Amino acid sequence: MKVLIMGCSRTGAQLAAQLDAEGHKVTVLDIDTYSFRRLPTNFGGTALFGNGIDEDALRKAGIEEADVFVAVTQGDNRNVTACQIAKHIFNVPRVMCRIYDPLREEMYSTLGLETISPTKVIAQLFKEKMEGKG
Amino acid sequence: MYIIVVGGGRVGYYLLKALLNEGHEVLLLEKDARICKNIVEEMGSVCYRGDGCEAATLAEVGTSRADMLVAVTGDDEDNLVACQVAKHRYNVPRTIARIRNPRNETLFKKLGIDVTVITTNIILEAIEREVPTHPLTHLLTIGEKGLVIVDVKISPESTTVGKMVKELSLPKESKLALVIPFKGSAYVPIANTVLQAGDQIIAVTTPESEEALRASLRGV
Repeated sequence: MKVLIMGCSRTGAQLAAQLDAEGHKVTVLDIDTYSFRRLPTNFGGTALFGNGIDEDALRKAGIEEADVFVAVTQGDNRNVTACQIAKHIFNVPRVMCRIYDPLREEMYSTLGLETISPTKVIAQLFKEKMEGKG
Repeated sequence: MYIIVVGGGRVGYYLLKALLNEGHEVLLLEKDARICKNIVEEMGSVCYRGDGCEAATLAEVGTSRADMLVAVTGDDEDNLVACQVAKHRYNVPRTIARIRNPRNETLFKKLGIDVTVITTNIILEAIEREVPTHPLTHLLTIGEKGLVIVDVKISPESTTVGKMVKELSLPKESKLALVIPFKGSAYVPIANTVLQAGDQIIAVTTPESEEALRASLRGV
Protein backbone atom coordinates (compact mmCIF):
# COMPACT_ATOMS: atom_id res chain seq x y z
CA MET A 1 0.00 0.00 0.00
CA LYS A 2 1.27 3.48 -0.87
CA VAL A 3 0.57 5.96 1.90
CA LEU A 4 1.13 9.71 1.83
CA ILE A 5 1.16 11.38 5.24
CA MET A 6 0.89 15.15 5.57
CA GLY A 7 2.53 16.47 8.75
CA CYS A 8 5.42 14.78 10.54
CA SER A 9 3.78 15.45 13.90
CA ARG A 10 4.14 12.92 16.71
CA THR A 11 1.14 11.09 15.31
CA GLY A 12 2.39 11.42 11.73
CA ALA A 13 5.85 10.11 12.58
CA GLN A 14 4.47 7.26 14.69
CA LEU A 15 2.09 6.18 11.93
CA ALA A 16 4.81 6.48 9.27
CA ALA A 17 7.23 4.37 11.31
CA GLN A 18 4.65 1.63 11.95
CA LEU A 19 3.52 1.42 8.33
CA ASP A 20 7.12 1.43 7.12
CA ALA A 21 8.02 -1.39 9.51
CA GLU A 22 5.13 -3.41 8.07
CA GLY A 23 6.54 -2.96 4.57
CA HIS A 24 4.26 -0.29 3.14
CA LYS A 25 5.57 2.45 0.89
CA VAL A 26 5.38 5.61 3.00
CA THR A 27 6.03 9.26 2.16
CA VAL A 28 5.84 11.96 4.86
CA LEU A 29 5.40 15.59 3.90
CA ASP A 30 6.13 18.53 6.20
CA ILE A 31 6.80 22.25 5.85
CA ASP A 32 9.49 22.05 8.53
CA THR A 33 12.34 19.62 7.92
CA TYR A 34 13.18 19.77 11.64
CA SER A 35 10.04 17.66 12.26
CA PHE A 36 11.69 14.73 10.49
CA ARG A 37 13.82 14.19 13.62
CA ARG A 38 10.79 12.34 14.98
CA LEU A 39 11.22 9.55 12.43
CA PRO A 40 13.24 6.52 13.62
CA THR A 41 16.78 6.22 12.28
CA ASN A 42 15.91 3.03 10.41
CA PHE A 43 12.94 4.68 8.61
CA GLY A 44 12.93 3.34 5.05
CA GLY A 45 10.30 5.62 3.56
CA THR A 46 10.60 9.11 2.07
CA ALA A 47 10.61 12.30 4.10
CA LEU A 48 9.85 15.26 1.86
CA PHE A 49 9.85 19.01 2.43
CA GLY A 50 6.65 20.51 1.05
CA ASN A 51 3.28 22.09 1.71
CA GLY A 52 0.40 19.60 1.68
CA ILE A 53 -2.11 22.21 0.58
CA ASP A 54 -0.13 22.94 -2.58
CA GLU A 55 -1.08 20.79 -5.56
CA ASP A 56 2.42 20.91 -7.03
CA ALA A 57 4.00 19.74 -3.78
CA LEU A 58 1.45 16.93 -3.49
CA ARG A 59 2.15 15.83 -7.06
CA LYS A 60 5.90 15.76 -6.31
CA ALA A 61 5.20 13.66 -3.24
CA GLY A 62 3.51 11.09 -5.51
CA ILE A 63 -0.14 11.69 -4.59
CA GLU A 64 -1.26 10.44 -8.01
CA GLU A 65 -0.13 6.90 -7.10
CA ALA A 66 -1.16 7.00 -3.42
CA ASP A 67 -3.74 4.53 -2.10
CA VAL A 68 -4.25 6.43 1.14
CA PHE A 69 -3.78 10.07 2.11
CA VAL A 70 -3.62 11.00 5.81
CA ALA A 71 -3.56 14.61 7.07
CA VAL A 72 -2.25 15.01 10.63
CA THR A 73 -0.86 18.55 10.87
CA GLN A 74 -1.77 20.70 13.88
CA GLY A 75 -4.24 22.76 11.86
CA ASP A 76 -7.77 21.47 11.35
CA ASN A 77 -8.33 23.72 8.36
CA ARG A 78 -5.07 22.71 6.74
CA ASN A 79 -6.00 19.07 7.21
CA VAL A 80 -9.45 19.35 5.70
CA THR A 81 -8.22 21.47 2.80
CA ALA A 82 -5.44 18.99 1.98
CA CYS A 83 -7.85 16.07 2.25
CA GLN A 84 -10.36 17.72 -0.04
CA ILE A 85 -7.59 18.38 -2.60
CA ALA A 86 -6.58 14.69 -2.33
CA LYS A 87 -10.17 13.52 -2.71
CA HIS A 88 -11.59 15.92 -5.28
CA ILE A 89 -8.56 16.88 -7.39
CA PHE A 90 -6.43 13.72 -7.25
CA ASN A 91 -9.16 11.12 -6.57
CA VAL A 92 -7.11 9.31 -3.92
CA PRO A 93 -9.13 6.17 -2.99
CA ARG A 94 -8.97 6.71 0.79
CA VAL A 95 -8.56 10.07 2.48
CA MET A 96 -8.25 10.43 6.25
CA CYS A 97 -8.22 13.54 8.33
CA ARG A 98 -7.48 14.59 11.90
CA ILE A 99 -9.87 17.31 13.07
CA TYR A 100 -9.55 18.46 16.68
CA ASP A 101 -12.79 20.47 16.68
CA PRO A 102 -15.64 17.95 17.17
CA LEU A 103 -18.20 20.17 15.39
CA ARG A 104 -16.02 20.56 12.33
CA GLU A 105 -15.26 16.85 12.43
CA GLU A 106 -18.94 16.00 12.36
CA MET A 107 -19.55 18.24 9.37
CA TYR A 108 -16.65 16.96 7.26
CA SER A 109 -17.57 13.41 8.09
CA THR A 110 -21.01 14.02 6.58
CA LEU A 111 -19.26 15.62 3.60
CA GLY A 112 -17.54 12.30 2.92
CA LEU A 113 -14.10 12.50 4.54
CA GLU A 114 -12.89 9.76 6.88
CA THR A 115 -12.33 11.80 10.02
CA ILE A 116 -11.01 11.31 13.54
CA SER A 117 -11.41 13.88 16.30
CA PRO A 118 -8.72 13.24 18.95
CA THR A 119 -10.65 15.54 21.30
CA LYS A 120 -13.72 13.33 21.16
CA VAL A 121 -11.81 10.04 21.21
CA ILE A 122 -9.55 10.93 24.14
CA ALA A 123 -12.36 12.41 26.24
CA GLN A 124 -14.29 9.21 25.69
CA LEU A 125 -11.28 7.05 26.67
CA PHE A 126 -10.78 8.99 29.90
CA LYS A 127 -14.43 8.70 30.71
CA GLU A 128 -14.40 4.95 30.15
CA LYS A 129 -11.29 4.61 32.30
CA MET A 130 -13.02 6.50 35.12
CA GLU A 131 -16.04 4.29 34.83
CA GLY A 132 -13.73 1.30 35.13
CA LYS A 133 -14.29 -0.03 31.63
CA GLY A 134 -10.82 0.79 30.29
CA MET B 1 -28.60 42.60 3.53
CA TYR B 2 -26.84 40.85 6.45
CA ILE B 3 -23.21 40.19 5.50
CA ILE B 4 -20.63 38.40 7.66
CA VAL B 5 -16.99 39.16 6.96
CA VAL B 6 -14.38 36.70 8.29
CA GLY B 7 -10.89 38.08 8.92
CA GLY B 8 -10.05 41.55 10.21
CA GLY B 9 -6.83 42.15 8.29
CA ARG B 10 -6.53 45.09 5.94
CA VAL B 11 -8.86 43.57 3.36
CA GLY B 12 -11.48 42.80 5.99
CA TYR B 13 -11.17 46.20 7.60
CA TYR B 14 -11.72 48.21 4.41
CA LEU B 15 -14.40 45.81 3.22
CA LEU B 16 -16.29 46.32 6.49
CA LYS B 17 -16.03 50.08 6.14
CA ALA B 18 -17.21 50.09 2.54
CA LEU B 19 -20.13 47.73 3.18
CA LEU B 20 -21.27 49.77 6.20
CA ASN B 21 -21.17 52.89 4.05
CA GLU B 22 -23.42 51.18 1.54
CA GLY B 23 -25.93 50.71 4.33
CA HIS B 24 -25.67 46.95 4.85
CA GLU B 25 -25.84 45.16 8.16
CA VAL B 26 -22.28 43.89 8.48
CA LEU B 27 -20.47 41.94 11.16
CA LEU B 28 -16.74 41.26 11.14
CA LEU B 29 -15.38 38.13 12.83
CA GLU B 30 -11.82 38.39 14.09
CA LYS B 31 -9.82 36.11 16.39
CA ASP B 32 -7.41 38.76 17.65
CA ALA B 33 -8.84 40.65 20.66
CA ARG B 34 -6.69 43.72 20.05
CA ILE B 35 -7.76 44.16 16.43
CA CYS B 36 -11.37 43.63 17.49
CA LYS B 37 -11.14 46.28 20.19
CA ASN B 38 -9.68 48.84 17.80
CA ILE B 39 -12.42 48.28 15.26
CA VAL B 40 -15.18 48.49 17.88
CA GLU B 41 -13.68 51.74 19.22
CA GLU B 42 -13.62 53.19 15.73
CA MET B 43 -16.84 51.92 14.18
CA GLY B 44 -19.05 50.72 17.03
CA SER B 45 -20.13 47.17 17.74
CA VAL B 46 -19.60 45.77 14.26
CA CYS B 47 -16.80 43.37 15.19
CA TYR B 48 -17.18 40.14 17.12
CA ARG B 49 -14.24 38.33 18.60
CA GLY B 50 -14.20 34.70 17.52
CA ASP B 51 -13.03 32.11 15.03
CA GLY B 52 -15.11 32.36 11.87
CA CYS B 53 -14.31 28.74 11.02
CA GLU B 54 -15.98 27.47 14.17
CA ALA B 55 -19.59 26.43 13.96
CA ALA B 56 -20.18 27.65 17.55
CA THR B 57 -19.02 31.21 16.73
CA LEU B 58 -21.09 31.29 13.56
CA ALA B 59 -24.14 30.18 15.56
CA GLU B 60 -23.64 33.01 18.08
CA VAL B 61 -23.69 35.67 15.38
CA GLY B 62 -26.85 34.36 13.74
CA THR B 63 -25.26 33.02 10.59
CA SER B 64 -28.43 31.18 9.58
CA ARG B 65 -30.06 34.51 8.71
CA ALA B 66 -27.01 35.88 6.87
CA ASP B 67 -27.41 36.59 3.17
CA MET B 68 -23.71 36.35 2.48
CA LEU B 69 -20.44 35.32 4.08
CA VAL B 70 -17.17 36.72 2.81
CA ALA B 71 -13.94 35.06 4.00
CA VAL B 72 -10.89 37.27 3.53
CA THR B 73 -8.25 35.97 5.94
CA GLY B 74 -4.73 35.57 4.60
CA ASP B 75 -4.98 31.77 4.54
CA ASP B 76 -6.79 29.90 1.78
CA GLU B 77 -7.59 26.95 4.04
CA ASP B 78 -9.27 29.15 6.66
CA ASN B 79 -11.32 30.89 3.99
CA LEU B 80 -12.39 27.55 2.52
CA VAL B 81 -13.50 26.14 5.88
CA ALA B 82 -15.37 29.32 6.92
CA CYS B 83 -17.33 29.23 3.64
CA GLN B 84 -18.03 25.49 3.89
CA VAL B 85 -19.30 25.72 7.46
CA ALA B 86 -21.50 28.69 6.49
CA LYS B 87 -22.87 26.80 3.51
CA HIS B 88 -23.38 23.35 4.93
CA ARG B 89 -24.41 24.10 8.51
CA TYR B 90 -26.17 27.43 8.13
CA ASN B 91 -27.33 27.38 4.48
CA VAL B 92 -25.89 30.82 3.72
CA PRO B 93 -26.99 31.48 0.11
CA ARG B 94 -23.82 33.25 -1.09
CA THR B 95 -20.25 32.57 0.01
CA ILE B 96 -17.25 34.49 -1.25
CA ALA B 97 -13.64 33.48 -0.59
CA ARG B 98 -10.36 35.22 -1.09
CA ILE B 99 -7.71 32.91 -2.61
CA ARG B 100 -3.97 33.41 -2.66
CA ASN B 101 -2.84 30.27 -4.47
CA PRO B 102 -4.46 30.42 -7.95
CA ARG B 103 -4.38 26.61 -8.11
CA ASN B 104 -6.98 26.43 -5.36
CA GLU B 105 -9.67 27.95 -7.58
CA THR B 106 -10.74 24.58 -9.03
CA LEU B 107 -11.08 23.03 -5.58
CA PHE B 108 -13.10 25.93 -4.15
CA LYS B 109 -15.46 25.85 -7.14
CA LYS B 110 -15.87 22.08 -6.90
CA LEU B 111 -16.73 22.41 -3.24
CA GLY B 112 -19.47 24.91 -3.99
CA ILE B 113 -17.94 28.23 -2.94
CA ASP B 114 -19.98 30.70 -5.00
CA VAL B 115 -17.41 33.37 -5.78
CA THR B 116 -13.63 33.29 -5.51
CA VAL B 117 -11.38 36.32 -5.67
CA ILE B 118 -7.85 35.39 -6.60
CA THR B 119 -5.69 38.33 -5.62
CA THR B 120 -2.59 36.88 -7.31
CA ASN B 121 -4.40 36.65 -10.65
CA ILE B 122 -5.81 40.15 -10.37
CA ILE B 123 -2.29 41.54 -10.05
CA LEU B 124 -1.09 39.29 -12.90
CA GLU B 125 -3.90 40.54 -15.13
CA ALA B 126 -3.07 44.12 -14.28
CA ILE B 127 0.52 43.46 -15.33
CA GLU B 128 -0.62 41.85 -18.58
CA ARG B 129 -2.76 44.89 -19.39
CA GLU B 130 0.16 47.20 -18.75
CA VAL B 131 2.59 45.25 -20.91
CA PRO B 132 1.67 46.24 -24.48
CA THR B 133 3.40 43.26 -26.11
CA HIS B 134 1.05 40.83 -24.48
CA PRO B 135 -1.29 39.70 -27.28
CA LEU B 136 -4.26 38.50 -25.21
CA THR B 137 -5.56 39.90 -21.95
CA HIS B 138 -8.30 38.54 -19.70
CA LEU B 139 -10.87 41.13 -18.83
CA LEU B 140 -13.59 39.13 -17.12
CA THR B 141 -14.56 35.54 -16.31
CA ILE B 142 -18.21 34.59 -16.42
CA GLY B 143 -17.89 31.63 -14.09
CA GLU B 144 -21.34 30.04 -14.38
CA LYS B 145 -21.24 29.95 -18.19
CA GLY B 146 -17.57 28.95 -18.50
CA LEU B 147 -16.86 32.00 -20.67
CA VAL B 148 -14.15 34.63 -20.61
CA ILE B 149 -14.04 38.10 -22.09
CA VAL B 150 -10.66 38.88 -23.58
CA ASP B 151 -8.89 41.71 -25.28
CA VAL B 152 -6.73 40.90 -28.33
CA LYS B 153 -4.46 43.50 -29.85
CA ILE B 154 -3.75 43.50 -33.59
CA SER B 155 -0.13 44.48 -34.13
CA PRO B 156 1.36 45.75 -37.42
CA GLU B 157 3.10 42.36 -37.79
CA SER B 158 -0.16 40.41 -37.59
CA THR B 159 -0.78 38.56 -40.86
CA THR B 160 -4.48 39.26 -40.49
CA VAL B 161 -4.13 43.03 -41.03
CA GLY B 162 -6.29 43.97 -44.04
CA LYS B 163 -8.40 40.81 -43.85
CA MET B 164 -12.13 40.75 -43.32
CA VAL B 165 -13.68 39.15 -40.24
CA LYS B 166 -15.44 36.53 -42.41
CA GLU B 167 -12.04 35.41 -43.77
CA LEU B 168 -10.76 34.52 -40.31
CA SER B 169 -11.21 30.98 -39.08
CA LEU B 170 -12.50 31.85 -35.63
CA PRO B 171 -13.15 29.01 -33.17
CA LYS B 172 -16.91 28.48 -33.06
CA GLU B 173 -17.24 29.21 -29.33
CA SER B 174 -15.74 32.65 -29.89
CA LYS B 175 -17.67 35.81 -30.74
CA LEU B 176 -16.16 39.18 -31.53
CA ALA B 177 -18.02 41.79 -29.51
CA LEU B 178 -16.30 45.09 -30.17
CA VAL B 179 -13.48 46.71 -32.11
CA ILE B 180 -11.66 49.64 -30.54
CA PRO B 181 -9.56 51.14 -33.35
CA PHE B 182 -6.29 52.96 -32.76
CA LYS B 183 -8.07 56.18 -33.77
CA GLY B 184 -11.78 56.89 -33.69
CA SER B 185 -14.58 55.38 -31.70
CA ALA B 186 -15.42 51.77 -30.96
CA TYR B 187 -17.82 49.78 -33.16
CA VAL B 188 -19.41 46.34 -33.36
CA PRO B 189 -17.63 44.24 -36.01
CA ILE B 190 -19.60 42.64 -38.88
CA ALA B 191 -18.53 39.99 -41.42
CA ASN B 192 -17.07 42.64 -43.75
CA THR B 193 -15.12 44.54 -41.07
CA VAL B 194 -11.47 44.83 -42.11
CA LEU B 195 -8.84 44.40 -39.39
CA GLN B 196 -6.36 47.25 -38.99
CA ALA B 197 -3.05 47.42 -37.19
CA GLY B 198 -3.61 48.87 -33.72
CA ASP B 199 -7.16 47.50 -33.40
CA GLN B 200 -8.13 46.23 -30.03
CA ILE B 201 -10.70 43.46 -30.23
CA ILE B 202 -12.96 42.54 -27.32
CA ALA B 203 -14.17 38.96 -27.70
CA VAL B 204 -16.14 36.37 -25.76
CA THR B 205 -14.66 32.87 -25.75
CA THR B 206 -14.11 29.74 -23.66
CA PRO B 207 -10.84 29.21 -21.77
CA GLU B 208 -10.09 26.18 -24.02
CA SER B 209 -10.38 28.05 -27.32
CA GLU B 210 -8.49 31.12 -26.14
CA GLU B 211 -5.29 30.11 -27.90
CA ALA B 212 -7.12 29.30 -31.15
CA LEU B 213 -8.85 32.68 -31.01
CA ARG B 214 -5.57 34.50 -30.50
CA ALA B 215 -4.02 32.63 -33.43
CA SER B 216 -6.94 33.27 -35.81
CA LEU B 217 -7.07 36.99 -34.95
CA ARG B 218 -3.36 37.70 -35.15
CA GLY B 219 -2.23 35.16 -37.72
CA VAL B 220 1.15 33.52 -37.32
